[in-house]
Parts: sequence; C-alpha cells; structure tokens
Amino acid sequence: MHITEILFWLLSALAIFSALMVVFSNNPVHSVLWLIMVFFAISGHYILMNAQFLAIVNMIVYAGAIMVLFLFVIMLMNMNKESEPQKSKWLRFAAVISGGSLMLIFVAALKGNSGFVNSMRGEGSIGLIRNLGKVLFTDYVVPFEISSVLFLSAMVGAVVLGKKERKPLQY
Amino acid sequence: MNMPIIPVNYYIFLSAALFAIGVVGVLTRRNAIIIFMCIELMLNSVNVLLVAFSKMHHVAAFALDRTTAVGTEAQLFVFFIMVVAAAEVTVGLAIIVMLYRNIHSVDINFLNRLKH
Amino acid sequence: MNDMTQYVFLIPLLPLIGFLINGLFRNYLTKSISGWVGTGFMLCSFVLSVMLFQHVNQPGFQPEVIFYFDFIRAGGLYIPFSFLVDQLSVLFLLIITGIGTLIHLYSTAYMHEEAKDHFARYFAYLNLFVFSMLLLVLGANYVIMFIGWEGVGLCSYLLIGFWFGNPEYNKAAKKAFVMNRIGDLGFLLAIFWMITQFDSVRYLDVFSKAPAAPVAVLTGITLLLFVGAMGKSAQIPLYTWLPDAMAGPTPVSALIHAATMVTAGIYMIARSNILYSLAPVTENTVAVIGLATALLAATIALKQNDIKKVLAYSTVSQLGLMFLALGVGAYTAGVFHVMTHAFFKALLFLAAGSVIHAMHHEQDITKMGGLRKKLPLTHLSFLIGCLAIAGIPPFSGFFSKDEILAAAHDRSPILYGLSIVASLMTAFYMFRLYFLTFSGAFRGTEKQHSHLHESPAAMTIPLMLLAALSIAGGWIGIPEVFAHDAHWLASFLEPVVPIFKPHHQAISHQMELMLMGGIVVLIIGMIFWAYRLFAKSDVSFSEPDGISKWMADKWYVDEIYDAIIVKPLNAISSWLSKIMEARWIDGAVNGVGKFVLFGGRQIRLLQSGQVGSYILVMVISILAFLLYQLFWKP
Repeated sequence: MHITEILFWLLSALAIFSALMVVFSNNPVHSVLWLIMVFFAISGHYILMNAQFLAIVNMIVYAGAIMVLFLFVIMLMNMNKESEPQKSKWLRFAAVISGGSLMLIFVAALKGNSGFVNSMRGEGSIGLIRNLGKVLFTDYVVPFEISSVLFLSAMVGAVVLGKKERKPLQY
Repeated sequence: MNMPIIPVNYYIFLSAALFAIGVVGVLTRRNAIIIFMCIELMLNSVNVLLVAFSKMHHVAAFALDRTTAVGTEAQLFVFFIMVVAAAEVTVGLAIIVMLYRNIHSVDINFLNRLKH
Repeated sequence: MNDMTQYVFLIPLLPLIGFLINGLFRNYLTKSISGWVGTGFMLCSFVLSVMLFQHVNQPGFQPEVIFYFDFIRAGGLYIPFSFLVDQLSVLFLLIITGIGTLIHLYSTAYMHEEAKDHFARYFAYLNLFVFSMLLLVLGANYVIMFIGWEGVGLCSYLLIGFWFGNPEYNKAAKKAFVMNRIGDLGFLLAIFWMITQFDSVRYLDVFSKAPAAPVAVLTGITLLLFVGAMGKSAQIPLYTWLPDAMAGPTPVSALIHAATMVTAGIYMIARSNILYSLAPVTENTVAVIGLATALLAATIALKQNDIKKVLAYSTVSQLGLMFLALGVGAYTAGVFHVMTHAFFKALLFLAAGSVIHAMHHEQDITKMGGLRKKLPLTHLSFLIGCLAIAGIPPFSGFFSKDEILAAAHDRSPILYGLSIVASLMTAFYMFRLYFLTFSGAFRGTEKQHSHLHESPAAMTIPLMLLAALSIAGGWIGIPEVFAHDAHWLASFLEPVVPIFKPHHQAISHQMELMLMGGIVVLIIGMIFWAYRLFAKSDVSFSEPDGISKWMADKWYVDEIYDAIIVKPLNAISSWLSKIMEARWIDGAVNGVGKFVLFGGRQIRLLQSGQVGSYILVMVISILAFLLYQLFWKP
C-alpha cells in the first residue's frame, strides 16, 4: 500500500477513536484533550488533501484558541471527574440509536454510485495560500469584511454577557 | 508515478461517522460544555466533507485544464465556517459562564423553565 | 249577485280574524266580548255562505275557481292557492258555518265557568278550527285541502286537551293527533303519487286526466286517500281516538267530532268521486270497512255507561254507514247523511251537554234517570234527536239512512242485511241511552237532584233550532218512491256528485215501500224492547260478563294497540334515549372533547422544558425528514 493510503486509514481511525473518547469520557478535561486530538487528526487529513492553508488555520484557531477557551471555562468551574449526573438510561439509549441511525442514513444515501470514484490525488495547487488569498480578496471580499463585523459583535456580546450585575445606584 | 486513489466515498463516510458521533454526544451528555464541544465536532466533520468535495471537483477539472481553480470556493467556505465557529464559541461560552453564575451548575436539566 | 264570488275569501277570513283577536288579546278581553267576537264572526260567515249559496243555486251555474296567489311554484310543480266554489263546497260551507254559529252561541253559556283568558282561548281555538275546516272544503286542489286537514287536526288536539291540567285529557289529545297523523301520511303519499302521475294536484286537472290513468295507479291513490279518511273520520283501525276525544268540552265534541271534522273524510271522498268510481277495488274496501266499523262501534255502544261515550261510538257507527254509502257508489246518499247526521248528532251532543251541565259534570247514566220533568226542553230535543238517528219517518235520519240502505240493497243482500242490523242496534242503544237518562227514577245523589235546572237560553235556543232542522232537514231528499223528482239535494249536487246508478234492475215501488215499512216496524220494535228494559223505575245494573264484558270493554282494541304498537315504540324510544342518545351520541360528542383534552395533556408532556429532549426530538425529526426525502419521495 502506498504511504498515502496508510496515512489516510491511520488518521481516520485516530479521528474516530478520539471522537468517541470525547463523548464517553467522564472527566470534562479529558474530553477537551481528546477533542484536540480530533482536530489534529482532521488537520492531518487536510494536509493529505493538499489543503495546507486550512490545516494551519484549523490548528491555530480551533486547537489553539477555541479549545484553550474551553479549558479556561472548565477550570473556572472547577469541574473534575464526576460531579456530573448522568442522563437517564433510556434517553442515552435513544440517543445512541438515533445517532447511529443518522449515520446509517447518510451512508445509505451516499453509497456506491460508481460515478464517485474520483480520485484524491495530492495534486493541484488550490490549497496554497497564495491561490486562496487571491480568490478571497477579489471575489469574496465582502463576506470577509462582514466577518470582521461579526467578530466585533461577538466580542461586544461576550463582554456584555460577562459583566457582573451591578446593583442599581441608590440616590 | 502511480498516485494512489482514495475514493471520495471514504471521506464521506468519515464525515458521516464524525457527525453521528457528535449527535450522540449532544444527546447523551448533560454537561453544557461537553455538548458545546460535540457541536464543534459536528462542524468539523462538515469541514472535512467540504474540503473533500473541493478536492474532488478540482481533480476532475485538473485533468482537463491544469490552470483551473475550480474547488477554491469550498475551501473558502470552510474558512468562513471556522470564523463563525470562533464567534459562536465566544458568545456561547459567555452564556454558559452566566448560567453557571446564576445556578452554579451547568447541568442542562436545570434549564426547564421552558416548561411553563 | 255575480260579484259574490269576489267575497268568498271573506268566509274563511272572518273566523281567522276572530282567532287572532281572541288569541292575542285573551288576557284583556272580558268574557262577553270574547263570546261576541267569536260568535259574531261566525254569524257573518254564515250569512255570506247563505248569499253564496243563493249565487250557486241559480240555474246554469258553472263551478268557479277563484285564484288568489301562487302557493308553490318549484320546477315543474305548480300549486296555486285557489278556491273552488261549486255545489258540494257551498253545501258544506252552510253546514259548517251554520252549525258552527249555533255551537259558538251554546258555548258562551256552557263555558261560562272558565277564567276569562281560558274562555277567550277556547273561542280562539274554535274560530281557528272553523277557519281550517272552511279552507279544507273551499280548496281547489288537494294541497289546500291538506292544509285545512292538518289545521283541523291541530285544533282537534288543542281543543280535546283544552283542560290541559288533567294528564288523562292530554293523553287523549295526543292519541287523537297521532292517529290523525297516521292517516295524514296516507294522504300525503296519495298527493305525491298524484303529482307523479298527473303532474298536478288541482281537482280539475286530476279529474280530467284520471280516466286515462292505469287502474292500478288509481287504486293505489284512492286507497291512500282513504287511509287519510280513516284517520280523520275514525274508521277501523284508526277509530279509537274518537271515544277518548270526549275528554274535551261537550260543544267541542258536538262541533268537531260530530258535525264537521269527522266529515272531512266523507267530503274528500265525495269530492274525489271520479277517482273512486274508476277504482272498484277501493270502493269495495271502503264499503266493507265502513260496514265493519258501523257494526263494531254499535256493539260497543250497547254497553257503555257514559253519555258522551255512547254518542261517540254512535258517531263512529254512523260514519261507517256514510262510508258504506260512498263505497257502493251512492255519493249523494253519503253527503245527505253527513248533513242530517250533523243536525241530529250536534243536537244530541248539545243536549247531552245540557244534561251534564245540569248534573254538575256528572256523565254516568247509571246515576241519572227521570230527568224528564226537570229538563223539559232538553228532554224534548234529545228525544227528537234519538228519533232522527233511529230513522223514524218523517224525521231527517229516516230519509238519508233509507237512501243508504236502498243503495246497499242494490249492491248486495249481505251488505243490506248487515246494515239493517247496524241500524237496529243504533235504535236500540240510542233509546237505551234516552230511557236511562230521562225516564224512570232518579238514581243520583240528593245534592245533584236539588241542582237540576234547565239550561239558560243561550243553550236552549241552539237546541231548538237544531231540533227543527233534525225534523225538517230530511225533506230536501225525498226519494223517488214517495214523490217523483222531489230529491232536491241529488239534483242540486248532480254536476259535482253523480247520482247513484243502480246495478240491478230497480225494484218495484211496492217492494221498496214494503222494505221500508218493514224496517221501520223493526226499529219501533227495538225501541219498545229498550223501553221494556230501561224505562222502569228499578233498573238494575249488573257487572257485564261474557260477550257483554267484551262489548263493554270495547273489544279490547285499545289494549291490543297498546301491546302491539305503543309498548314496543315506547321501549324503542326509551332504549334510544337512554342508550343511543345518552351513551353513544352524547358519549361520542363528549368523547371528542375528552379526547382533545387528553391528547393535549399527553402532548404537553413533550414540553418538558428539558433541553436535552428537545434536541432528541430535533434529531429524530431530521432523521424522519431525511428518510422521507432520500428514500421515499417519488
């Protein structure tokens, strides 16, 4: 087998295993760590597909910023192992079943049309930053700017939400 | 060089699996933060799918014309998804912190005011 | 008076106005005003009827149809509201308005014990009744007749149940109405059939198209019409309401159940004589049922002890004889007997009312006796009535009854023989009634004896007028045997009602006179027998047994009806009301409400407020949607 295929299978197994561990760990901190593992695996997939820019951005934004944020919040709440009550057995059962059915449906919907054998060679240069940047700043510049507005509003929202309630001043 | 061929189906199945695991996580856990993380997992699975399709289209067009830039939009879309995810996490975590401040727990079973 | 026909509408309109005045203002009018209003409008109608009669009696008079307005115009069906003025209707007009006026006058005295609003209510109902009856006889098509038919049925119910405080009277009123209704169903079916067959219900249309119609259709229509007549005129099997209808005030019995309403059936068949002469099967049925009724009612009357009941059964019996006449084709004889019967039966009822009034509402003849001295005028009128009904010449009953017997004789000896039996029984029970009431010694209480007095003038004047009519009324129909061409009534009615055509060779005048004489002798014999039995001072009344018991108990017909019809109907309706209605239908309706509440409560459980379950539901819905979209949608 070619190294690419081995890598593919390895990374997929890692991703799925880590995702399962995210869901089924008891300790929230462990869940966060496993999620970071998932992100690593997915970035590996991106590199396999020659989407280098996305791989880097995935690491920086997701694993670097978002997960750290999660960790902060979890530490803030001092959540360790099991102060966490479980949902009722039946509900968990139903949840697993529905999730599994969802996957089955996707699989069934998307399986085996022979026209799908397009290859995933690692060629082409669309994943490179330069090409992406060119398209981003010409065709999609408006969404780009608007996303900065989005960030602004998110920040403001976060700050407002996070403020402590002040007692009204007594005159 | 004999380049390996990975059918795009495999990526679709991977994405479906990750998505389903995310759904199970959302439904199973009671901790709001864990649920939030599973939502992130779902978003990422979609990202994988998008990138796989972008590659697929590009490869198909590349065979005809080596200067094509066909699959670029999908990768930019992934970029924007990440942008939105970041903003969403910000606000979402702020809400969870506020929730914790009020009821000193992040158990979603306490959020049953909608009953009334 | 050619413009007399323009005023025909006044004849029924005046009693209607009287009804409205007495009905709407019954709380405010004094008794004398109500009485005057009621009687006065009747008198005006009578005068108008007399004028109309003179108009009709001219030679060369053609029946006139006076059109007022379109009653029903729907698709191909056209029913005008029009009156038909001809000899038959004007004769009935005279009877109705004349006897009606007398009875109104009588009622002003008879009902004077009532409170003033009930008094006015009584006269309102009486006027409404006369209005309906006039509509019935004046109508130019079967639908107008039916309107009047229903109206008299309604007024009969209202008047029988006049003293509605007594539940027994209400039951009698309901019985009358329900039995009438059964007959009305036959009438309605006949009308529908007529519309299907002839496309019209107007007399002139139907009678002109009738000869072309198939006999089976005509037989069906006439039989259904006869069912209607059975209900209204109390023939077997729909006669049991009439004796119970005696629960109403006596003038009501006189007007409705002797002179007018019960004769509506005779009028209908006489009017439709063209149809009946084309359907011999129906004619035979009518004759047989009429005769059977006459005999059955006569046997029951032999053993009754209530004045009014005897008279009621006698009415049923005489109606049977009238139907017998119609059934053998002697339509003129039937109408003649209607007229004379109206006179003497109204007379008898009013005289009985006078007796009841004097005896302070005692109606049992076993407690009467010897009233002759105390109530002379009443006694005389009653005697005249009895003589008339028995058929003694030269009273009116003799002529009409004899005409019926002659027609029956022509048709079949069995009919003749049985109708003679009925006539003999009639004489017997009527004179039993007379002797028990007026002769012998008084059998009542001392208190009643001291109260006995003759009735006031308002009651005795009608008695005397009716007595005069009972004596002389028959002289308009003198048969061939006595004087040639002296049957004025037959020639008067001839354009409308055909003269009886004998089937067999006419018997010789001598034979006829001998038969007549023989019958009269037999009748006088029955009178003497009754005299022997009942005119003594020490009449004894024993409990009837054997056949007598059967007769006294009305042959248990009421009981049979009760068991076969009334009880099952009551059982069904109580089942329906308790189980169907209460449990199922109400249950279903309430169940819908309960189900909605229940469903709402269950569905509300979905709203647990648990975010987790909300998400679960979301996922499941997405699943379902995807399934549908990807795999099932065509």
